[in-house]
Amino acid sequence: MKKSTLLNLAVAVAGLAFCVLTEETGLISNTLKLVLEFIAINSILVLGINIINGYLGVFSMAHAGIMAIGGYAASLASMYFLPSPELFPVSLLIGGFASMLIGLLIAFPSFSVRGDYLAIITLGFSLLIQSLLENIDFVGASRGLRPIPHYTNLIWCYLCFVLAIVVVKRLVKSKYGRSLLAIRRDQVAAELVSVDVRHAKLVAFGLSAFLIGVSGGLLCHLLSYTNPGAYGYSLIVDGLIMVYLGGIGSITGSVAGAAIWQVLVQTLRPVGMWRWILGGIILIVLMIFKPDGIFGNAEFSWRWLAGKVVASGRFFARKGARSGGGK
Amino acid sequence: MSIYLQQLVNMVQLGSIYALLAIGFTIVYGIARLVNFAHGPIFMVSTYLLFFFGTFFYGFVSVSWVVYFLSVLAASVLTAGLAATIEKVAYKPLREGPLVALVVSSVGVGMILEYGVLVAIGPVPKRMPPLIKDVPLMVGEVKFSLASIIIIAVAAVSMVVLSLFIKRSRIGLALRAVSQDPIAASFMGISRNLMISVAFILGAVMATIGASLYTTLYFTFSPYIGDRINWYSFIAAVLGGIGSIQGAVLGGFILAALYVFGAMALPVSTYKDILVFAVLIIILLVKPTGLLGKKSAEKV
Repeated sequence: MKKSTLLNLAVAVAGLAFCVLTEETGLISNTLKLVLEFIAINSILVLGINIINGYLGVFSMAHAGIMAIGGYAASLASMYFLPSPELFPVSLLIGGFASMLIGLLIAFPSFSVRGDYLAIITLGFSLLIQSLLENIDFVGASRGLRPIPHYTNLIWCYLCFVLAIVVVKRLVKSKYGRSLLAIRRDQVAAELVSVDVRHAKLVAFGLSAFLIGVSGGLLCHLLSYTNPGAYGYSLIVDGLIMVYLGGIGSITGSVAGAAIWQVLVQTLRPVGMWRWILGGIILIVLMIFKPDGIFGNAEFSWRWLAGKVVASGRFFARKGARSGGGK
Repeated sequence: MSIYLQQLVNMVQLGSIYALLAIGFTIVYGIARLVNFAHGPIFMVSTYLLFFFGTFFYGFVSVSWVVYFLSVLAASVLTAGLAATIEKVAYKPLREGPLVALVVSSVGVGMILEYGVLVAIGPVPKRMPPLIKDVPLMVGEVKFSLASIIIIAVAAVSMVVLSLFIKRSRIGLALRAVSQDPIAASFMGISRNLMISVAFILGAVMATIGASLYTTLYFTFSPYIGDRINWYSFIAAVLGGIGSIQGAVLGGFILAALYVFGAMALPVSTYKDILVFAVLIIILLVKPTGLLGKKSAEKV
């Protein structure tokens, strides 16, 4: 096994140990735990969005609708058919696959419709799902679903988070991942070198929707409540902010975007409305100076970190030597 | 029969407001290639400006059409200035970058405007002073209101003036040139930056006129109004074919027809949103560039 793989594995196991310890002993305060859970859930959401908006390079706003489907499907499953915490993963899978079906449906317009028009179709789709949910009495219409059993805890969030990272990493390294990057650069050229564009897009939309659906399921089981209003404009904007803040086409960026935005939103709670104004300013400044986001098309790696540590060590050593020489 | 005529009038007045909004959206897209998420929030800011100017001018004059004219003029100037400033600060530095960066930046601008107004003025809905006096008129069995006729007339006049401006004036010619081919236009000595500012100014003026008519129809407004208006103008512009002014007008009227007659025909009136989105998706699937949109050749 490679050294970096071992390190990754060690970090993942240490994270799991931390989560189990937290759940069992209450190592950290509940507020902090909630923030961690939000970061994990949103990371999964952003990873899903990033497959389409980042790697494939399609400006999609369908994630609100997809997340609604996943959340509702998972919640209904555990409310009516799977009333036990042990079967929670099955509910999550049901949510994920329900979303995947919808995601595959959205992939079809993307074959012929391009750019801004596709953006509108995905937007229309999200708002369509929201209106539908508001009008179906079986799922509580605009009153929403409650009570959804509270199955989500830090361990589940963490496990799904790690799995999502592994899945996206495998996708990016695979033939399909390279196809997606080729399509993003130039779809016609990609077709010319016999990239199966339709197949690649179907895989991308399906997988993206699956991840978004799982995050929806986790969120609903965390809050024990959901309503159609949660899947509207603000969710669309939130998702886009996290993707473009962290960096398109990057797993590290997805996690960083989710973490930074959630921490900002939570810590800036006392300033009320001002945080959204601040959020707007951050977006504009970021787009002007770093239009691909903080980690745009770049990944974290141990080698990169080691390089940084060595470089900063050298920097301080030189600084120390210089100040010493001055004496 | 009279109910249908009544609804037809409703549809035409709603359609002309949507058309004005969609025109503002589509001009900006045509010139700057920007899907402007800040269009709705700019509309919202202009309703607040109208509110303040309306209240202010009623302190001096009591003739409503004078107040209407003055407040629309003043609000247009300020909104246009705001839109042009936003363009310079938030969009111009991004012009060479990826297109998505522009869209994301406009999302940020929209957030700043919406929550800025929320912080400054608060979320409580305000009621517009009556800028256009309403008198009910009876024509046969159909009840018209004078306001709806004025709404339709003002919208029609602004659309005609705008299309004359774009067809006949030198600036209009320059606008059309930039929208057709920015690079060739710059070879002819047309400043793209100037034309983009003009597009934003025209869009803001159309939004202000639209806002004055919209509040005549619905009276109350809040900072959250921008989101819905954004979707309306977005959808209307795209239905007709984004970038085309005739298309925006057509899209506005189709949207209004779906809303007005959809609400009549459907068992539950809240289904009308579903109807609109379904029609939008179907039209785009059949004709991916909108009804009047030109099919642009794929360049390799």
